[in-house]
Amino acid sequence: MERDQLVVDKVNEAVRDAIEEIKDFRGERTLYIKPNRIKKVCQLLRDEEALQYNFLSDISADDLLPEFPRFAVNYHLYSIPFNHRLRLRVRIEDPDKGPATMAGVWPIATWLETEVWDLMGVRFKGNKGLRRLFLPEDWQGHPLRKDYPLGYEEVQFTFNWEEIGSRKPQPKD
Amino acid sequence: MTLATQPTSSSDTIQELTVEELRAKVGTGMEIEDAEEHLLLSMGPQHPSTHGVLRLLLELDGETVINVAPDIGFLHTGVEKTMESKTYTKALVLTDRMDYLSPMSNNLGYIMAIEKLLDVEVTPRAQVIRVILSELARISSHLVWLGTHALDLAAMTVFLYCFREREYILDLFEMVAGQRMMVSYFRPGGLWRDLPEEFVPAVRHFLDFFPGKIADYEALLKKNPIFLRRTKGVGVISAEDAIAWGVTGPSLRGSGLEWDIRKTQPYAGYEQYDFDVPTRTEGDVYARYRCRVDEFWQSMRIIEQALDKLPDGPINIDNPKIVPPSRSQLGQSMEAVIHHFKLWTEGFSVPEGYVYHSVESPRGEFACYLRSDGSPKPARVHFRTPSFVNLASLPNMAKGGFLADLVAIIGSIDIVLGDIDR
Repeated sequence: MERDQLVVDKVNEAVRDAIEEIKDFRGERTLYIKPNRIKKVCQLLRDEEALQYNFLSDISADDLLPEFPRFAVNYHLYSIPFNHRLRLRVRIEDPDKGPATMAGVWPIATWLETEVWDLMGVRFKGNKGLRRLFLPEDWQGHPLRKDYPLGYEEVQFTFNWEEIGSRKPQPKD
Repeated sequence: MTLATQPTSSSDTIQELTVEELRAKVGTGMEIEDAEEHLLLSMGPQHPSTHGVLRLLLELDGETVINVAPDIGFLHTGVEKTMESKTYTKALVLTDRMDYLSPMSNNLGYIMAIEKLLDVEVTPRAQVIRVILSELARISSHLVWLGTHALDLAAMTVFLYCFREREYILDLFEMVAGQRMMVSYFRPGGLWRDLPEEFVPAVRHFLDFFPGKIADYEALLKKNPIFLRRTKGVGVISAEDAIAWGVTGPSLRGSGLEWDIRKTQPYAGYEQYDFDVPTRTEGDVYARYRCRVDEFWQSMRIIEQALDKLPDGPINIDNPKIVPPSRSQLGQSMEAVIHHFKLWTEGFSVPEGYVYHSVESPRGEFACYLRSDGSPKPARVHFRTPSFVNLASLPNMAKGGFLADLVAIIGSIDIVLGDIDR
């Protein structure tokens, strides 16, 4: 689609050295953006007269274990005036040093980033509202990571009843 | 229940807490403006007007809402994580349980994402059936919304009427899927079973009597002075704010933006139907109410056209690697037995890649981000659920209004807690 190409041209024109890779799959265009350029690119995509990606549909994160960089964050953008969808993908090496928050570009980003942090543990620079959203406040770990076990219940038999029973969570008295 | 009680009563406790301590205590990241003068009130999670287990932390100045912070997660079941350990078909049942008021839309969003990855196109008959059932789900979901919304505003009769008609639609679902609510009827490559013979006449009967029922609801609400005074001019959000906060569905259309995914990026053959997108410009609770009630008529128009054109033919694609064989084939064909065994033990493999597919659910944009690593189980599933995103705009709508109006506003954005927490 011509609009796919227009996006690439505009980004290349305005932000130097931002696009790492371009992927097309099933009619969806993905731009791999360098983590330190993402804020500039998003600002451009929203404000540029010919693009106007004014709607942030979703932010989601991938754990690509055992690949490196291990994490990737997807921004699903939509341009209401031009009826076009676009995905930005950022590879993250260190989840504690994630991409900058998009709160200044799309206010909804704070809410979506909080979910990503809660479940995947990618920290967004500058988002001060990061907290446990779905999980209890004292929860350890981030369950959507691939190295986080699903947590089956251990089966107790007569020979190891006591041993496993002692590890099981008990109701507080 | 008050967390930090009023300054007048137990003043000892309040003076000991600093703002930071208070914030740590409530744990919702809300900025508290004036902890000494204002009342902090926890509404929910057990509260009839929050439509589920939603907790709202309110900062009140008298009856005026200064700030609202939604606290969610009480219904979190880790659907996305669980799906990673199931095959694509088996994970389908979990999507029903997210937005339990419109499971058909959830099924559709998830299934279409799989089909996009597989690059298959379902048969015309399956598409039309999917549209009919999605629109019935939209009507039934809006009926629950209308009933509970009116009940929040003390109009109990509407609630009973709406649930009566919803029951008829649930009977239709039971007729096709064997289940009233957790249908799991759409399957990769088609449908679970073909429609039973009595389905089409039953839907036509519904289309005959339902307009009269809508007139009944309208008669109870449209000129009801209490309802009007509690909805008009309450919880206003502008179109710009709504877009910035990711609001979709009837809540966005109530603010004047005509954006419906069925129109802009048609899926499942929606481009073949003639229907309008109801919009209002006021952006208040009443406008959202009008939009949803008008959608009843549009959904009925779509269903009527779909019934007229319902083509004959197969309901599943002709690909035994994806669609399990029928029971009759199992007794005759060794190949069918092998496919059956493979599909229900291992599942089908999906090409590597990732897709994002959006559908218009009754609440707004329901989207599924699906990444496959080439195995029979999804590597990552993420749902963009409309209730979750729409809830974020609640503080925008409620700030500066009365506490009593908050109930009307929650009702008007039509949240389902299963959809939020998933």
